Amino acid sequence: MDNLILKIDNISKSFPRVKANKNVTFNIRRNSVHALLGENGAGKSTFVKILYGLLKADEGKLIFNGNILNVESPSEARQKKIGMVFQHFSLFDSLSVRENLILGIDNDMSFSNLQKKVNEISDKYDLPLDLDAPINTLSAGQKQRVEIVRILLQDPELLIMDEPTSVLTPQEVESLFKTLNTLLKEGRTILYITHKLEEVINLCEEVTILRDGSVIESSMLENETAESLATKMLGKKLSEIKTDYSYVKNSINFKAHNVSQSFNNPFNTDLKNISFEVKEGEIFGIAGVAGNGQSELMGLLTGESINDVSGSIKFNETEIKNFNPKNRRDLSIAFVPENRLGHSAVPELTLIENVLLSQFPNNNFLKNGMINYKNIEIQAKKIVNDFNVVTPGVDVKASSLSGGNLQKFVIGREILSNPRLLIISHPTWGIDAGAEHSIRKSLIELAKSGTSVIVISQDLDELIEISHRISVIFNGKLSKSFDTNKISISEIGLLMGGNNFD
Amino acid sequence: MIDFIPELKARGNPSSIMNFSVPIIAVTLTIITGSIIFAIMGFDPFFALTTFFISPISNSYGISELLVKATPLALIAVGLSFCFKNNLYNIGAEGQLTMGAVVGGGIGIYFHDTQGFWVLPLMVCGGAIGGALWATIPAFLKIRFNTNEILTSLMLVYIALLILDYLVVGPWKDPNGFSFPKTRKFGDSGRMPILFSGLRVHFGIIITLIGIFVSWLIFSKTMLGYQLKVTGFSPIASRYAGFSQNKLIYIAFIIAGACAGIAGLGEVSGPIGLLYRDISPNYGFTAIIVAFLGRLHPIGIVFASLVIALTYLGAEDAQLFMQIPAAVGFVFQGLVLFYLLGAELLVNYKIVFRKKI
Repeated sequence: MDNLILKIDNISKSFPRVKANKNVTFNIRRNSVHALLGENGAGKSTFVKILYGLLKADEGKLIFNGNILNVESPSEARQKKIGMVFQHFSLFDSLSVRENLILGIDNDMSFSNLQKKVNEISDKYDLPLDLDAPINTLSAGQKQRVEIVRILLQDPELLIMDEPTSVLTPQEVESLFKTLNTLLKEGRTILYITHKLEEVINLCEEVTILRDGSVIESSMLENETAESLATKMLGKKLSEIKTDYSYVKNSINFKAHNVSQSFNNPFNTDLKNISFEVKEGEIFGIAGVAGNGQSELMGLLTGESINDVSGSIKFNETEIKNFNPKNRRDLSIAFVPENRLGHSAVPELTLIENVLLSQFPNNNFLKNGMINYKNIEIQAKKIVNDFNVVTPGVDVKASSLSGGNLQKFVIGREILSNPRLLIISHPTWGIDAGAEHSIRKSLIELAKSGTSVIVISQDLDELIEISHRISVIFNGKLSKSFDTNKISISEIGLLMGGNNFD
Repeated sequence: MIDFIPELKARGNPSSIMNFSVPIIAVTLTIITGSIIFAIMGFDPFFALTTFFISPISNSYGISELLVKATPLALIAVGLSFCFKNNLYNIGAEGQLTMGAVVGGGIGIYFHDTQGFWVLPLMVCGGAIGGALWATIPAFLKIRFNTNEILTSLMLVYIALLILDYLVVGPWKDPNGFSFPKTRKFGDSGRMPILFSGLRVHFGIIITLIGIFVSWLIFSKTMLGYQLKVTGFSPIASRYAGFSQNKLIYIAFIIAGACAGIAGLGEVSGPIGLLYRDISPNYGFTAIIVAFLGRLHPIGIVFASLVIALTYLGAEDAQLFMQIPAAVGFVFQGLVLFYLLGAELLVNYKIVFRKKI
């Protein structure tokens, strides 16, 4: 055997109207961490799905350990010692860790055997697991740990990690990297899919850059800098964004005072006495580790969850605590929730139809009670144009767009409604650097025009980059706020860990 | 020892042509299976199929009968599509039809010796209200107590049938009817006008066509249709949009109930002319097949209602000329639904045989 574990030879894959992979060719050396770097829509996901048996390539071949690899399904891939940890966890929320592990393995294994093997793996890789804990009580990092252990039970030679750090805290990322290093020392090979340049530089030895479905370059990392990688990935240079306070006005238009909401169930975090204010033209960031009440706070702010709320939420002196999303939109408040598919957009509907999902008082989409699809189509085209949404047209289903492009479309839809307040959760979650950049820039542009923006995000860098003030949410409580230019990362880090709350 | 276990696997991109041809495939397979059944029963399949599907509509009377049967089917099915698009499984249209017939028919009985152009419109309104009110019961129970609408709407069918039963043998019994379980006849003002003399096809078909057109308009052009569609695909997105789910549940059930009620009234004021026990040969249940065969699209439902109406006529002819029970019509309806669901599944999924590990 040579030292190449996987040779990828001219893989091509087309979808209707899109060529996702064009003659992808590169090699992965045995016992290395190989980065696959590219924007969303560059074809990374398509390629790994082919490798993992979820899709079939139109052309080309894969040579794994010297043999032609032809897998029809993930379970077949796992048998051939290829494992994959997905970006979106594929775990059953209401089942325990043990039950999830049992479901994930293809061969029969007794409970006691499983226990033994899990303990072995936990010890060896420093991945502690409470087998009886229900998945929904775990943090994102712990869920990922379950996924990794599940894959390690199958003893893979090649481990594919798809954007593994997108939902992790800095500490969790560190421990993940430790685990990956242990795996490497054992002689395993890791294919690391990401769009984060720092990770490539810190972790990987070799990098393959994909852009528009083609391999731009495959090279050793020692020949690369962050800048050179970014240029090759994006094909263009990123411009700098600087936060300035000059356009923040003194008038406060959003006030939440002592807002609490209890759910009486183990699946939600109760919100406790949340108070904050947002000025016109200000971007207010809410940081925090996942699962500390962010989604509950978002539901409260959008009006999707208005039961058992106490306290007051005022927008321009109007009490909106009991308003549903439609009532709030009538006051020109716009929302972008975290999930695109099935929440802020309906995957089965076309982009044109999706424009209609959030209706504002000043649009012209209805005429004599009938839907005016002509005007909506014009608006959809405007969104696509103004926000550089890559799509074959506005009459395609939302599900056919890549995550970044759909997010650009959704944010564009909300921004073009000229909102006076935009509430947005995880604006750049799972999105490539190019889209990330343009989304952040458009949020700042929006604030400059006098709109207040509330951003809930786990991405601290993002909040520091765009917000004027930052609060931290921890266990359903919101910290006091800090001007972004006056706080240090360590201060925020302490708050995220639950320290220094009154 | 089974070495290969079958497994369903989602097709990434289901072919849209195949998706479109599902109803055609289902009908074709039904005809093939039907001829095999006839052959086993000892009939010449060609003769049997001709008796079943061709001879019933070989003259103007047959065509008229086909339309008489398709009239209620299409109207009920298009009403049901409002529920089904919203993932509300209202299978109680038969009960809503019955209550429409009871309320509208009650008005007809009350005014049996009154002349006036307003009697029939009043009865139609009564039919719509009777059906709609009956349909709001499962909607209310679902919203208030989170009950399963499949069960409640089905159970209400039997309650409605028993109410009708009670009325025709009890308080509403025809005083000159020799104790037969039926009411007196409606007056002439309470009958659906006949469209062509000598044929039974009646004004109800116009109401059905209007209903089809209005539903098409609602689904393709109005916010209500859009809201139903969004809620059916994704309740979370619907909540994000600020659509009131409870309101949509009520609206869908009320529209479905009103359509079924009008269809029921159309039956009793059209071909029948009075109330008795068996006013509907399961139109309310058969319409579920029609709705799905028509892919929940108003135009599709028109064609589907004609196909299914033919199975009713074919069964009657088969009974007459081949001495086989009319229930064979239900066999055909069942086959259509079976192949429809099967074809739909196979268009979206493929069966793979995986070697057992």
